[in-house]
Amino acid sequence: MNKTAFYDRHRQLGAKMTEFHGWEMPLYYTSIIEEHKAVREALGIFDVSHMAQVLVTGPDALKTLNELLVSDISQVGEGRACYTLMLNEAGGILDDLIVFRLGVEEFLVIVNCATHESDVAWLASHAQGKVTVTDISEGRCIIAVQGPQACRVLEQVLDARVTSLGRFQMAPIRTMGPDACIARTGYTGGDGFELFLPNQHGLRVWDLVLSHAKALGARPIGLGARDTLRVEAGLRLYGTDMDAATTPFDAGLGWTVAMNKASFMGKDVLVKQKQRGLARHFVGFELSQGPMPRHGCALHMDGRPVGTVTSGTFSQMLNRPIGMGYVEPAASPLGTVLTMTVRTQKYPVTIVKLPFWKGEINTLPSRTGPAAVGSTARPTMEKLP
Amino acid sequence: MEFPKELLYTKSHEWARRDAADTAIGITAHAQEELRDVVFIELPKIGKVVKQGEPAAVIESVKAAFDIYAPISGTVSRVNEAVAKTPQLINQNCYGTGWMFAITPSEPKEFAGLLSVDEYTKQLQAEAH
Repeated sequence: MNKTAFYDRHRQLGAKMTEFHGWEMPLYYTSIIEEHKAVREALGIFDVSHMAQVLVTGPDALKTLNELLVSDISQVGEGRACYTLMLNEAGGILDDLIVFRLGVEEFLVIVNCATHESDVAWLASHAQGKVTVTDISEGRCIIAVQGPQACRVLEQVLDARVTSLGRFQMAPIRTMGPDACIARTGYTGGDGFELFLPNQHGLRVWDLVLSHAKALGARPIGLGARDTLRVEAGLRLYGTDMDAATTPFDAGLGWTVAMNKASFMGKDVLVKQKQRGLARHFVGFELSQGPMPRHGCALHMDGRPVGTVTSGTFSQMLNRPIGMGYVEPAASPLGTVLTMTVRTQKYPVTIVKLPFWKGEINTLPSRTGPAAVGSTARPTMEKLP
Repeated sequence: MEFPKELLYTKSHEWARRDAADTAIGITAHAQEELRDVVFIELPKIGKVVKQGEPAAVIESVKAAFDIYAPISGTVSRVNEAVAKTPQLINQNCYGTGWMFAITPSEPKEFAGLLSVDEYTKQLQAEAH
């Protein structure tokens, strides 16, 4: 089984380990609920090095990505990131990913670990013209630092003014090697950063964050809370909430699609689907009380099956069970009451707006903050406010 | 981890407290530790007839849902409404306020097949290896 550079740290911290798509990862250290609360109230640090880092470079890198991804990547400026989707010819989602524009002809693409190899093969086999696809995951790690204290702690640890990074902005960390960077991104719905680093720097940042922020209530966070946090934030999980049989419109991710692009993989199918209308909608729902909605639970309206649950959890912030899934259009308006069957019991659920919970982004520049990360090295940071 | 001497245990990590009136059922400290983060409990209805070794209740933690098996056959005589309302009681006090339901036994000879505290802790040690 694959192990990340943090494996020994996880064991020392007493993590309960689990297998996740071929990786031995922490499920939780103490308790999923405690870790969830720590991220919402203070700070959590996650090892997400199982996700893959792929560099796409060259004069035709932009053209290739614009053909393979649904978003208009030409609109993503240097030092910016974009959440987007990669489709097959039939408009089905192959993966959801984040593209970082490191330079004019240089992109860092972060893909899911389950689709790592197929994504790299897809990118490489569809690359057009002068473009190089390089998997740089080996020897590198990804750390997420998430929660309301993220700015404060990272400014101390990195000695840099990270608060000035806007959402989906990124900056290189020149002192930590080529392609080392920090971005105002995450998978929790709240404030936070992700760092893409060579292992030795990642280990140092991990230790520094935990030692600096222990008094603030910072904790290491496992995959268990990573999942409950993303559900509460209404964020889809590839392979669970969507797959190759799902289009971006089905998954409620039409906002990522630039239909005005002349062409992109899967566009023809999406055009037809848009004309025909959707057969199902991706929705969020909540229960006033009852069991946790789980993947595969059936949803009924007036005794008729109208949909299926894809994700669910018990929301710590709302103090009630929440879920997401697909339902017929007639069952999708906000406020519609459906019936969820769990084992032999039936429970009423109400369609509500996604996300269930949304955090605030800290925008106050620190009073004592030193210069921004890498500000002397690359032009991207000088554009920052 | 604490395992009270006066209780009887099952291989599936339930405990049973045999009293004159009925037998209260819950889960052990080991099971509580494994489940963590209990968020929902489905209890049987009073009057339900349960058979030894068959599912009688469900505990859901954030991780997953787990069946709770009846340690003995009989009729459900009482249920702990407090634990249904506040599932965290299982994590806080699994032998006390976190008890789940009680059974009026129909086959008292079944008690002989349950584990003593020594037998149960031996099983736990074996499982750990």
